[in-house]
Amino acid sequence: MSDSVLDRIQQIVGSNDVVLFMKGTPDFPQCGFSSRAVAILDRLGSGFASYNVLEDPELREGIKHFSQWPTIPQLYIKGEFVGGSDIMMEMFEAGELQAMLGAEA
Amino acid sequence: MGPIAEEITRRLTDAFAPVTLTVSDDSAQHHGHAGHRPGGETHFSVALTAAAFAGKSRVERQRMVHAVLADLMDNPIHALALTVNAPV
Repeated sequence: MSDSVLDRIQQIVGSNDVVLFMKGTPDFPQCGFSSRAVAILDRLGSGFASYNVLEDPELREGIKHFSQWPTIPQLYIKGEFVGGSDIMMEMFEAGELQAMLGAEA
Repeated sequence: MGPIAEEITRRLTDAFAPVTLTVSDDSAQHHGHAGHRPGGETHFSVALTAAAFAGKSRVERQRMVHAVLADLMDNPIHALALTVNAPV
């Protein structure tokens, strides 16, 4: 694990309010969990940056170490690790994601 | 229940003494997708409720489960949907 990829991730999560590390792209998710994560963010309508880990093996391994989280997708909001798609769904249903993003429920 | 599902069940039972635990093998729904293997046992849904999770955040709860299953994550477990709760 090179420090440079961890630095790069720090830069990404520090410079995007909402960022999703996913498999595939928002238009073409390559995994059911990533697809669900995109659907939730679309519903919130706040816009988000996304990074396709399938095109970047170093990022794919790096984000797991950075977050101490073994699975993808992973959501960061305002520099803070939120979780994967299960947690996103629980928080969406509880109105907590809306609150974090300052969106209307 | 296949050997991987049995292993997941055994580890979670030993670690958390859950009051409810369900381990479902969803692999058949992912036939032909990335990570699918003949024989299944790649995609799981796990729901558990245990007192050990009381007072923990959602992230902390899932991390506790990941830690118990760490060497199974990625291989053989390709996908794991988690619902982790404390008793109400």
